[in-house]
Amino acid sequence: MRVLGVETSCDETGIAIYDDQGLLAHEVYSQTKIHADYGGVVPELASRDHVRKLAPMARQLLQQHHISQSDIDGLAYTAGPGLAGALLVGAAFTRSLAWAWRKPAIGIHHMEGHLLAPMLEAESPDFPFIALLVSGGHTQLIQVKAIGQYELLGESVDDAAGEAFDKTAKLLGLGYPGGPELARLAQSGDPNRFQFPRPMTDRPGLDFSFSGLKTFALTTWRTEQSPTANLQQLKADIARAFEDAVIDTLLIKCRRALQQTHCQRLVMAGGVSANQRLRVSITDMLDSMQGQAYYPRTDLCTDNGAMIAYAGWHHLKTGKQESLAFNIQPRWPLA
Amino acid sequence: MKWHLANAAAQVALGQRLGEVIDRKALIFLQGDLGAGKTTLARGLLRGRGYEGNVKSPTYTLIEPYLLPKGACYHLDLYRLADAEELEYLGLREMLAESAILLIEWPQRAQGWLPEADLAIQIDHAESGRSVELRVGSPSGQHILNQLQSG
Repeated sequence: MRVLGVETSCDETGIAIYDDQGLLAHEVYSQTKIHADYGGVVPELASRDHVRKLAPMARQLLQQHHISQSDIDGLAYTAGPGLAGALLVGAAFTRSLAWAWRKPAIGIHHMEGHLLAPMLEAESPDFPFIALLVSGGHTQLIQVKAIGQYELLGESVDDAAGEAFDKTAKLLGLGYPGGPELARLAQSGDPNRFQFPRPMTDRPGLDFSFSGLKTFALTTWRTEQSPTANLQQLKADIARAFEDAVIDTLLIKCRRALQQTHCQRLVMAGGVSANQRLRVSITDMLDSMQGQAYYPRTDLCTDNGAMIAYAGWHHLKTGKQESLAFNIQPRWPLA
Repeated sequence: MKWHLANAAAQVALGQRLGEVIDRKALIFLQGDLGAGKTTLARGLLRGRGYEGNVKSPTYTLIEPYLLPKGACYHLDLYRLADAEELEYLGLREMLAESAILLIEWPQRAQGWLPEADLAIQIDHAESGRSVELRVGSPSGQHILNQLQSG
């Protein structure tokens, strides 16, 4: 079975083809350049740009790989969660194409796509595993028993980890969204100068809270500023203390989730999982636990069509499909 | 009306009292820098409406709806909004017409589009804790403030 997957939940237009042999093709067009001028994702701009990009991208992908409509057995699109306008564009496009081609189609949960993304790698995890999904919009720990069997173990009660990165970057004057820049700055920071709290680690449970770290960073930034202070170094030291606190908190909760479920496989996915120090720390921790960590390649950490094609391939294979009336769900819990 | 609040718990408590005294409908602006505690106050207000679950930041989703037994409450964060016109697409006009509470962070991003708030809450960093200033923008806002002071 060969599946065309479409992802348009936020500001990335992703399109990909997956079949029994593996990932055949995948293309992502990012709107970050457009949005950089506005300092974030702008919902209506996002949907307008998906409209512009989607059809030409699909045509080009099929041509480049010499695939015609008769070679496609089914189609999948992200049905939520995400920005309503952006989701509608992808859903309407994919559902219409499926109707015109007389193929089955299915709507996919965006987070299911993310947590299955590591399955696209040569070294993919067996079930069951624990998935840590960390991005600008989500921080969740999920127990994955099999495809379609997900149990939410914990999640952020306020800001997502990526959001905390972006907002802290903004507080330090690094622009918005500046998470990756904050991580770069942290490399030159002194890990011993400031000690930030590890929120919600002193009590049982697997929920996260990152909102307080942002405030802690702000307070530190305000109180440490003086005419003689080296501001660039101060920023770097705060960035380092902040990143250490986030990584440490994620590690503590992951360890707890693994122990609680007697599981030794951890999958990390979502935009923040591209953070190198976080990856190294997670790998080290799993090594020390005689377990193994799995990650998607960097370009499959962020939003992409490959993960949607893959999840769609699984569901369509079992005979699942949707009627012509499609629906999107901007807010949609996975489990 | 001005308060000095020592910590996050005090912010939640103020929000909670506010949530308790609002009848059904109110347009409330929450203003202040990043990290001032706008979402913390919103969390308190939702507690005051009987909501016990997590109150996540709406920065990413722009809007988080809470459909509660006491009436609907919409928590919005317009930080990432570039053009006020986009509020049409979010369905804000319909929400304003509803008998609901609208809590709006970063309302200045929608200047000229949003009507005057019943209450505008300004949160600022103080020497220790936060200073919170509540400004009334309508008779129904005044009514809420009176209730708050008599409680």
